[in-house]
Formats: sequence, C-alpha cells, structure tokens
Amino acid sequence: MRSHDSDALPISIKGVTKTYGPVHALDDVSLEVNSGEFITLLGPSGSGKTTLLMVIAGFTRPDCGSLKFGDREVIRTPPHLRDLGMTFQSYALFPHMTVAGNVAYPLKLRKLPKAEIAERVERALDTVQLGGYGDRGIDQLSGGQKQRVALARSIVFEPRILLMDEPLSALDKKLRDQMQIELRHLHEKLGMTTVYVTHDQREALTMSDRIAVVNKGRIMQLATPRELYERPANRFVADFIGDSTFLPVEKTGVGISYNGMALTFSEAPPDTEKLILMIRPERIVLSPEGPREGVNNFSATAVEVVYQGDSFLLHARLDDGTQIALRGGVRGASLSALPNVGDTVTLTLAPEDTVLIDGSEV
Amino acid sequence: MQAIRANETGLRVDEKLERLKLYGLSSPALLLILVILVIPVGWLFYVSFIGGDGQFSLENYQRMIKRSSYMRIFRTTFEVSVVTTALCIVIGYPLAYFLSQLPARLANLCMITVLLPFWTSLLVRTYAWLVLLQKKGLVNDWAIALGLWDEPIKMVHNMTGTLIGMVHIMLPFLILPVYGSMKAIDRDYMKAASNLGASPKRAFWDVFFPLTLPGLFAGTLMVFILCLGFFVTPAVLGGGKVIMVSMKIVSNIELFVSWGAASALGVVLLAMTFAILWVASRFLKLDQIAGGGH
Repeated sequence: MRSHDSDALPISIKGVTKTYGPVHALDDVSLEVNSGEFITLLGPSGSGKTTLLMVIAGFTRPDCGSLKFGDREVIRTPPHLRDLGMTFQSYALFPHMTVAGNVAYPLKLRKLPKAEIAERVERALDTVQLGGYGDRGIDQLSGGQKQRVALARSIVFEPRILLMDEPLSALDKKLRDQMQIELRHLHEKLGMTTVYVTHDQREALTMSDRIAVVNKGRIMQLATPRELYERPANRFVADFIGDSTFLPVEKTGVGISYNGMALTFSEAPPDTEKLILMIRPERIVLSPEGPREGVNNFSATAVEVVYQGDSFLLHARLDDGTQIALRGGVRGASLSALPNVGDTVTLTLAPEDTVLIDGSEV
Repeated sequence: MQAIRANETGLRVDEKLERLKLYGLSSPALLLILVILVIPVGWLFYVSFIGGDGQFSLENYQRMIKRSSYMRIFRTTFEVSVVTTALCIVIGYPLAYFLSQLPARLANLCMITVLLPFWTSLLVRTYAWLVLLQKKGLVNDWAIALGLWDEPIKMVHNMTGTLIGMVHIMLPFLILPVYGSMKAIDRDYMKAASNLGASPKRAFWDVFFPLTLPGLFAGTLMVFILCLGFFVTPAVLGGGKVIMVSMKIVSNIELFVSWGAASALGVVLLAMTFAILWVASRFLKLDQIAGGGH
C-alpha cells in the first residue's frame, strides 16, 4: 500500500445546498478538507452529515454547489467514476461473493491482471488482520470481521479519498474502541484523505484531525477535537460535545458577572450579544475548605451524590436554582470527604476553565 | 441428588404434551391432505394400471409411447409451457424491477394492478381475451382503425391466443417472487458496487441480478409447473388446435370414458412435475421457492 507521503487529494466543498421540499438537508455548506486529513462530520441524526457524505460519494445530487477533488470538479461526475473508497453503515458486502471475491471486485472492474489482483487482495486482507479469510462466505463472519472486510474492499484499489459512514455503529463497545484505534493507525499508514461520519462524539474526538459539527444542514463549527471541546463556538456545539452546565451571565460595564458575582476568566469571550458560561462537570471542583482566592466560587446545595467507581458525580443546586453537575476523582481521602445530600458546598472554577461562549440560539 | 432431579418426570411429560398439542393443531390439515390428495393419487396410480378388460396391464402406458398423437400432445404441452415461461420472464422481470424501484406507495398501487387479474375468475379472464382477440374483437378493430394492419388477424383459437392468455394469467406467479427477492436487496449493495467503480450496467449484472436469481428461479419453476397442467385457457383460446395433456385427460374421460388412459396421463404429468422439482431441489432449497426470497 501507499506510504504517508502519498498523493492523497484535498476535498473542496463550496456552497452545497440540498433541499427536500421545504427542508434544507444541506444549507449552503462549504468545507475544505486538507490532503491526507482525517475529518469527521459529527451531528445528531437528521443533521445532514450523511447527506453531505452522500453528496461527496455522488449518491445524492445537490441542488447547487461545487465539489472538487484536488483541481477536478466532480459535482456532476457519476459515483462509479469518482474513484473513492467508501464503507457503509450496513457494510454492504455482497452476500453472493466470498471475502476475497468482495475485496477483488473493485480490482476486477479496473481490469487488473489476475496475479496482481490475488496479491493485492491478500495484502489488503493482511492490512485489516484477516489474512487467510479469503475463502470464507460473508455470512460466516462476525460483525467486526465484516467491518474489516468492508474496509479492505474500500482501500484495496488505493483510492485517494476514503469515506466512512458510521462504520462502527453496529459493533459492541469494546470492539468499537479497539477499531477506533486501528482505523486511526490505518489512516496514518495509508495517508488517504478521510471523511468520517458519526453521531458518537467520543469516537469523533478520539479519531479526528478536525471535526465538523453539523446541525440543521449547516456546519456549526470546524475545529480540532481539543478546540471543539475547550472552546465550543456556540451552545449547540457545547451541548452536543461532552456534558455541560450553562449559566446565564450579564455584561457589566467593567466585566462579566454571574448572579451579581464578577467572573474571573483567562480568555477573552467572543464578541457577541448574548454570552453564557459553560461549565464542564470535570472542570469544576469541590472545595471542602470553602471559597478560595483567584478562582470563581459558587455556593450550592448538594442534591444527589452518586458513587460510580472510578469517579463520583455530584448534582448540586446553585443559589439561583440552576442544577449543576460535578464529576470528581475518588482518590484517597476525597471519598470520605464527599458531601451529604442537603449540605451546603463550595464549588470552584479556575479562570482558564471559565469558558464564556456565544449563547444565541442556532 | 434427590433435590437436583426434582420434577424431572413432570417436566418431561410437559414437554411431550406441548409437542403433541402442536401436532394436534396440524391434524385437520394433515387429514385433509390424506383424504383429498394421498388417497385419490394412490387410486389414480392404481387405475392407470388397469386395462380395458379390467385386468392389470401396462396398455395405458404402452399406448402413450406407441401412438404419435400422444407424443405430439406431450410436445405441445412442453412447448407451450416453455414459451409461456420464457415470455413471463421477459415481461415480468423488467416489470418487477420497475416496481421494486418505485416509492413504496406507488409500488403498492401498481402491485394491485398486477394482482387484480389474479383475483378475477380464471374463466372470466379467459373469455375476456376471447372477446378482445377475436376477428371482430376490440384489438383487431382498433388496430385496423389505427392502420396497424389492414385485415383482421387471427389471434384466438390458435397458439397465439393460447400464449397471450396463459402469459397474462401466469405473470403474477413470476412477478411476485421476483419482486420479493428484489425488495430484499439492500440498496447499499448497489451503492457499494457503484462506489467501487461499477457502471450501472455492471452493477446490475454483477450484484443485483445474481441476488434475484432465487426469486427468478422460484417464479420460473412455479409458472412452468402450473403451465404443464393448465386446462381452461388453452381449451378456450386454443380452439381445439392446441391440445395439452390436461385436455387429453378430459377427452379420455368425457369422450372415451377411459379412466385408465386418463389416469395414466395424470400419473405421467405428476411424475414430470416431481422430476422437475427434484432437479430444482438440487440447485436450491425448496423452502426458498416457497419463501420466494433468500
């Protein structure tokens, strides 16, 4: 197979719109995927992420827009001439062909010599750790094995772009975690530009170079996993990725305050009309010693304390009635220091974890 | 030990009772099959070996081999069945494909039009064709009015009429299983084929068509076997010129009151059907035929 310095192709999507009656499945979407990049389209079901993938693959004809692989405009190119690999959620392995028959199919279509086909099929099966499975029937495979065969079939003809539509959603959690790492390694090894669709935020965070969060046919934010989690562009992204509590804040003449308390924060908030404070449960800390200097202190009443083995979850009610979640470690003494339901507790939030985001509805 | 084996006998009895009840449910049907199928067929078999003199004899079978008229009837039966089946495939497969690609609501509507004749009396449909196809019938009148042909064409009381009628009547038997197997094909298969580089034509022949083969095979078999024993349509539309085995059976009984000869023909027809089923079963499982899909 190809090495990392391959001729992977960049994808350029400009102004793609697709409507189904009054519904905008895609609303003027533009996206630049760099050559060799692993990009994930993440969004709830019905957000348009799959529609976008189908537009790239050529199975959905958009109303308008431009799609380029490298310099080549392909928006009107039929799918079988786009020369890109794709794996389907259902795997779509041909049931009347063996494993080897499936993997060889794209090579046969490209009229490669028989010996080369056999060699390439074997290599592709080795790559997905299914060497020696060539003669098996598709119905003799487990879900994870089918996934691997589908992958082998989509990379065997060395496409320069690989599309993956929720490839791991049918697998159980353990296998899914393992396959995520494997897919990531495979991407590093083969270096093809990859567009991956999922609704699983953890999967997206684990695998992607960049993530495009899609909602209502639009890209809400395009950023690296870290940026996305730490500095979500708006409430939808913050809500969709990870858990968070949102608190209303007011702009005062000098700064920003919550419930009359001036907030300390390390990063300038976005310049927008309505701001909200996003608090991640693992970033807010229980302070048994009471309020501290240099951080934002919140006074609250413990509502529920849940012991979860590797951590504990505290639900507390802030003075203004908002419920807030806090996740903490259970190392050493902290377990015995857990508050009881009804206790008044102090929660602290460091300035660098005090993230103000655009609170306008999208 | 005593505690572990507790209730062993009782549980085993329960299981047996349960199984007996299950058999009990099917007993009316089994009885019916015995009375109206097994016994009459056995009787038929017996009668076919009774000669004109009331003694055991092979004359009914010998006659079939010796007389060329019988061989001609078998050949006609076979020919009509083959041609009807072939026409059903040529017309039915594309139609089933078209239906399978339609949106569900439209497909259902079209399916009703396919099935409508299926629910109409066979005799009515056959005579309807007689009305349409006769010399002064609708088809000839309109074709001449439109200038398609000048003289009325003879389309009934011959092979043409027989085939038109039989294809029409058999078509649903082919379309239904084929349509079923087409609907069962995951649409992602075709997308995958296309994504891997197959043109629509290649994708059809490489992926779609092979996956519809069980349905096509089931439909073909059903149509062919039904054709072999068909009576009403060839009798009415063939006008005595297309003589199939079933018609010979009738004439043997009605004209010659020769139950032995009629029975022997029935036995041969039955044997042919079994032979076809046996050959077919070597290529695919028979429950797939009944199921129509895969």
